[in-house]
Amino acid sequence: MARAGAVDAVALEARSGELAKRSIKRASKLQALDLVVRMIDLTTLEGADTPGKVSALCAKAMRPDPVDPSAPAVAAVCVYPNLVAHARERLAGSGVRVASVATGFPSGQYPISVRVADARAAVELGADEVDMVIDRGAFLAGRYAEVYEQIVRVREACGDAHLKVILETGELGTYDAVRRASLLAMAAGADFIKTSTGKISPAATLPVTLCMLEAIRDVHLDTGRMVGMKPAGGIRHAKQSIQYLCLVNETLGREWLTPERFRFGASSLLNDVLMQIRTQKTGVYESPDHFTID
Amino acid sequence: MSGRLPVRKTYKLFVGGAFPRSESGRTYLVDGQNVALASRKDARDAVRAARAAFAGWSGTTAYNRGQVLYRLAEMMEARAGDLAGVCSGRDEVERSIDRVVWYAGWADKLAQLLGGANPVAGPYFNFTLPEPTGVVATIAPDAPPLEGIVSRVLPAVVSGNTVVAVSEASPLAAIELAEAIATSDMPGGTVNVLTGRVSELAPVLAGHMDVNAIDLTGADGATAELERLAAGNVKRVVRGTSDGQSLWEIEPLLEMKTVWHPIGR
Amino acid sequence: MDELEQRPQGTDWLYAPAPESREIVHFQERYGLFIGGETVEPRSGEWFPTLSPASEEPLAEVAQGGADDVALAVEAARGAFPEWSSGKPASRAKYLFRIARILQERSRELAVAESLDGGKPIKESRDVDLPLAAAHFFYHAGWADKLEYAFPNRRPQSLGVAAQIIPWNFPLLMLAWKVAPALACGNTVVLKPAETTPLTALLFADVCRQAELPPGTVNIVTGDGSTGEALVRQEGIDKVAFTGSTEVGKAIQRELAGRAVPHTLELGGKAANIVFDDAAIDQAVEGIVNGIYFNQGHVCCAGSRLLVQESIAEPLVARLKRRLSTLRVGDPLDKNTDVGAINSRAQLDRIRELVASGEAEGAELYQPPCDLPERGYWFPPTVFTNVAQSFRIAQEEIFGPVLSVMTFRTPSEAIEKANNTAYGLSAGVWTEKGSRILWMAERLRAGVVWANTFNRFDPASPFGGYKESGFGREGGRHGLEAYLRFDG
Repeated sequence: MARAGAVDAVALEARSGELAKRSIKRASKLQALDLVVRMIDLTTLEGADTPGKVSALCAKAMRPDPVDPSAPAVAAVCVYPNLVAHARERLAGSGVRVASVATGFPSGQYPISVRVADARAAVELGADEVDMVIDRGAFLAGRYAEVYEQIVRVREACGDAHLKVILETGELGTYDAVRRASLLAMAAGADFIKTSTGKISPAATLPVTLCMLEAIRDVHLDTGRMVGMKPAGGIRHAKQSIQYLCLVNETLGREWLTPERFRFGASSLLNDVLMQIRTQKTGVYESPDHFTID
Repeated sequence: MSGRLPVRKTYKLFVGGAFPRSESGRTYLVDGQNVALASRKDARDAVRAARAAFAGWSGTTAYNRGQVLYRLAEMMEARAGDLAGVCSGRDEVERSIDRVVWYAGWADKLAQLLGGANPVAGPYFNFTLPEPTGVVATIAPDAPPLEGIVSRVLPAVVSGNTVVAVSEASPLAAIELAEAIATSDMPGGTVNVLTGRVSELAPVLAGHMDVNAIDLTGADGATAELERLAAGNVKRVVRGTSDGQSLWEIEPLLEMKTVWHPIGR
Repeated sequence: MDELEQRPQGTDWLYAPAPESREIVHFQERYGLFIGGETVEPRSGEWFPTLSPASEEPLAEVAQGGADDVALAVEAARGAFPEWSSGKPASRAKYLFRIARILQERSRELAVAESLDGGKPIKESRDVDLPLAAAHFFYHAGWADKLEYAFPNRRPQSLGVAAQIIPWNFPLLMLAWKVAPALACGNTVVLKPAETTPLTALLFADVCRQAELPPGTVNIVTGDGSTGEALVRQEGIDKVAFTGSTEVGKAIQRELAGRAVPHTLELGGKAANIVFDDAAIDQAVEGIVNGIYFNQGHVCCAGSRLLVQESIAEPLVARLKRRLSTLRVGDPLDKNTDVGAINSRAQLDRIRELVASGEAEGAELYQPPCDLPERGYWFPPTVFTNVAQSFRIAQEEIFGPVLSVMTFRTPSEAIEKANNTAYGLSAGVWTEKGSRILWMAERLRAGVVWANTFNRFDPASPFGGYKESGFGREGGRHGLEAYLRFDG
């Protein structure tokens, strides 16, 4: 396992700040925006979610810009377990995958048997991907082995489904803890590590993502495994999403510039990206009124 | 032939805590006394001793250095009679002892007055601390005989510098002082005293690549050549007063070190 | 699942050129000297071109100041001194505040000019040089009317005419380091910019005009080394401040011998950047990169010697090499450029010569693949491993993007190796252990110690060297002392 080591907060933030200043223009920008769309896990995680709401989201996921048929579909739709079956039906044959949160999302403060059953249910209902949360209570209390064990059990319950492990970095307090949790999640079998539930602020940030990308790189250097990354929450603007791609590009390289290894957990980001794509193509600044709200 | 015949003192050099004769075997006559006439090689040996002593002396706590210097004042007080015989008299001795006491009290105050925290624009803690420059070559003033050398050596050693002092015109006072230093708990090599010709020794010290600073207070007249030689290793060139005391006599023989560290979780 | 896996694995994503527009800066064909508030033709009658090191294209012609020009400039500064030094300190402060504001307002123009003339990446001139230059004026503006608080009971007095000679690595920033404290302390200035980077100083002349600085307060005499020599030799100067090589610094100290002209020297360095095995490794790598590749390594305090604890040497160097491959070398005006052009042909030759010596002495060279432009002066980021302390590349200041890696086993050995140099400007320490940081900082014979960071600068932070890295400090309260004498 990669060396746990320490993370210096100031230098980490300085580095992510530097990368955020990359100036991405013209063809590179268009290419990036296209990639961002393909990397989006279009997400709705509300108590008020209904089949109607999810239907609309699925339509948007498959064909984000009705005006521009060349616009790619997003990577996945991410919902609560109760809406998985509905989403699966809507997305059938489209290539857009169904992701479900599980394991007592968002707090994870449930007995492990319940959390494992939750994950199993999501898969049985048709989820291609499971976004689990770690037990931050156990982690912050220093019961790392327990956290590890729980992830291993959820991993088993998921079968072939892709497992994304949410660290909820906003609750971990330090980058050292984020790094430790990242390495622990990867060692326990995560296919992806993910920053946040979206229910806690701060959610995804550039430095926390950089910290996790560096952990992913270390696991890759040590074991050859290629674990994916998903920042989620708080990414609303196209410009931000390109900054994330710069982080990936210069930390992990081209092999991670694919929806298979990098996702954005987001909802309103999609429209802003579509708007920017159209602006790039037409040279005219766009109005949100021309993009559907779903 | 009735009274007791006194035992005379041999005036030797003070190098590395010992009192050797000049390796050259030379002496010169001052006030009827034969005094060791230091050579280039003696200067080299003295610099070597000063360099060797630097880490230890500069590494002691400021409190400890202050105590050692106060101990020097005690030793001088005990030798006040002898000292009075080699300078202008009792007054000069008392002024000199009081000056040593005054400087002793500075050791543990320099950092607070001369250093400090710097408010930089960023998530960093940044502070500046004074440190000794290193090995200081001191051309002791001709006069006052005792007060002169005390006024130059004390501001150098109080911060942790080690010193090679050259005394030409007042070697008896310089060596009497050295004998007080030798009994003061000051580590050998911290202060070294060469008696001899400034014209012979100063250029050697000014050009010496392992001397960090040269105090030319006692070098009268044309010092341009010494300053030129000092440039060979970018020496700090210092001039001060031969009968005064001030924090600003200490400061030119200090380096300011600034340390940065991030402030982060 | 299957479907996803059939998709192509990753994307080659190249950043399109993102050049900063050079339209914002207009160079004149020719720049005279700035003396007594006027632009004057050089009495020498000589001119020389200043080139863009990235393209070798001439940007403008500047005057080759001779001894007569220097004399004239010193005379102008002398003339301006009585009024400037005895005027209201609060007014001096306001002039400096004005200059700071104008630098901020014109920062984009000046940043582009700096990158054009000096070859440094625009992101550095934009994010480092210009903001810091303005900050230096802001900081010192505040001191101008508070000097008696800086030096209580000492009755600080202005010195007179300050002769200031600055290097080509941070042209405008070094100008600010020199000019701001000099003016704040009531001195007038004759500034000699570096031969290869005179343009931002000449634009600064215009900043002085805009600020309505009294004529003669700041005078700028361009030229080569002989102009600097003439300035140091000139009668009527009261202070010399020099930043540059140790060799020239020593020559200046010799020249000033016996003249009772106070001087401060900020000279070369060969800093050790020391990484312990418990360090935050990714941030240490960033610090190493910033330490030696920032500004093409044209930095006197560059961390040119990497001392890494043997137990972590292998993974650290591997990460460092990997990181080097992401450095973008090229057009200084491209906003994504990390490493720009080498400042001059002469400097490039020196770097090449030293790198060749490193190879000849048996060090192992690594350079990431990178396409260097055909025209201009370029050198790729370079790491030497298997370097012995005795190699020239471990001893001499290269002043280029070349890092020498050596190992150590214990803190004492690290100190011994770090201090084993005639220089003493800066050092870096990387460890998570607080007590070790302080232990190391105490023993490193260097004027600036960066712990878990590197190459940070601030006007409030004193900067300057031990040993042959010079004497005197610039910045902070300590820096003011270099521009004052004390009657108390």
